[in-house]
Amino acid sequence: MNPAEKEHMIEALNKGIRLDGRKKDEFRPITIEVGTLSTAEGSAIVTCGETKVVAGIKMDVAKPYPDSQEDGVMMFSSEMLPLSNPNFEMGPPKIESIEVARVIDRGIREGHAMDTKKLCITPGELVWNVMVDVLPLNFDGNLIDIGGMAALTALYSAKMPKLENDKVVPGTKTEEGIPLNAMPLPVTVIKIGDNLIVDPTEAEMQNLDARLTIAVLEDGNLCAMQKGGNASLTVKDLNEMLDLAIAKSQELRQKVKAALGMA
Amino acid sequence: MSDEEKLFVQDKEVVVPGEVLAEGLSFLPGSGTYRLNDKIIANRLGLLTMEGKVMKTVPMAGRYLPKRNDVVIGKVIDILMSGWRLEINSPYSAVLPLKDASFSYIEKGDDLTRFFELDDYMVCKITNVTSQNLVDVSCKGPGLQKLKGGRIIEVNTHKVPRIIGKRGSMVSMIKNATGCKVTVGQNGIVWISGEPEMEVLVVNTLKYIEERSHIQGLTEMVKEYLEKATGKTVEVPDADSLPEDAPEEGREFQEDADRPPRRDFHGGGPRSGGFRSGPRGGGFRSGPRGGPRGRPPRRDSRRFGE
Repeated sequence: MNPAEKEHMIEALNKGIRLDGRKKDEFRPITIEVGTLSTAEGSAIVTCGETKVVAGIKMDVAKPYPDSQEDGVMMFSSEMLPLSNPNFEMGPPKIESIEVARVIDRGIREGHAMDTKKLCITPGELVWNVMVDVLPLNFDGNLIDIGGMAALTALYSAKMPKLENDKVVPGTKTEEGIPLNAMPLPVTVIKIGDNLIVDPTEAEMQNLDARLTIAVLEDGNLCAMQKGGNASLTVKDLNEMLDLAIAKSQELRQKVKAALGMA
Repeated sequence: MSDEEKLFVQDKEVVVPGEVLAEGLSFLPGSGTYRLNDKIIANRLGLLTMEGKVMKTVPMAGRYLPKRNDVVIGKVIDILMSGWRLEINSPYSAVLPLKDASFSYIEKGDDLTRFFELDDYMVCKITNVTSQNLVDVSCKGPGLQKLKGGRIIEVNTHKVPRIIGKRGSMVSMIKNATGCKVTVGQNGIVWISGEPEMEVLVVNTLKYIEERSHIQGLTEMVKEYLEKATGKTVEVPDADSLPEDAPEEGREFQEDADRPPRRDFHGGGPRSGGFRSGPRGGGFRSGPRGGPRGRPPRRDSRRFGE
């Protein structure tokens, strides 16, 4: 990265404005489309500025894991599609895309958003397997937050397929949704110089010193965290980041609820 | 074949490859069109532009193709034995040879990064493009220099003439209204430096122009746009009052103190001021590459006269 570019970015941030004109704690305009993929059990496309992410849910039945015989299985995956950014290349998943999937997964899993007990069909024999795929259609930073919103919206919009003789009937949908009881949303706060900002663009992510993704529940409790970047964080930084993330997650949750008609 | 003249399209119309634009030998094919018997046919998708009897299509999108005498903004991607390789937002990279890099003496074995480092941006002028698309640039000349600070953005290279405006009128207006320093390269790379809020305004204004580049009277619209955004009155510079030989788009030009008064790149005399749209001198370096077809005048910023 060009060091002059970072310098210029910090100069503007010190004056309280970002290179794209936003305030430090401002998200780009967000739109959420629900149920865009007809063949998936649930889906959502979330657009935030130039970043556009699609999430899709597919469901299947499978044998449970031996250590959790009464729990349904939840699987997250994400892939940085080359069509979404010239810097992404084909090939086996890179650390960045694995991290996105894992951090989104951790927020939803540790926030106990999904009631996996209710996804059990026959204990030890057959459980539901929920697969969540998060794919950027266009990438301009902040994939974790936008992907997290898309995944959560898709999960809430999903309808279970029909089950016959312990097999899923393809292309069918019932009225029953996936049993969910929380809305954890990840919010990433990044540190550039001495500035803390949310919803970083690609350029800001390339110049970050440190980043912290915090998954927040509806009541303001935290359920997951992930730190990245080389710089260290002070206690003061951490507190400010948490406050920012909690405030922002409420804002994002309102948007998700409005899109799902739950508001 | 008939002696009649027929025009099948209008000025500023979108034409597609293969479309017959006109019939009659008095029409002349420009870039993006060719003659077949007595017909003029488009071979590129774009906006038809007529300059008298010369018909050409201006593409609406696509990469930048290097052209001699264009002022472009390049980024250093490699340091060579005796020069620098620059990325110029084009399929072809450019080479800045040592002799064209600086007015000051560069000693043998000197560290070239003293002058230009990797990832540095600079304003330079294309001195030569070979038939194999090897591009040479020079950093010696008015307004050609390394860019310090500021930000770089990309615009559609085919909208650059519109952004610059007639004799730099559009870009001068933007600069006056925002107080930012702006340099527009013909390759669609734009450098902006100023107050953060104003830089954002420049970026938005450039987007505004790009989206409306086909509209007549755009300067007035941009003027209103800028006035609304800044809350101040903005004056449209009179294109005729701007110096004819204004350095590309009339950018501010800081001459280095240690730079000798004006010297020419090739050792020939300075470019004859003024008569830009006429045939260019010094043509011995590149043969008449355009073939026997008459090349239309090349002053890009005049491509869309208002």
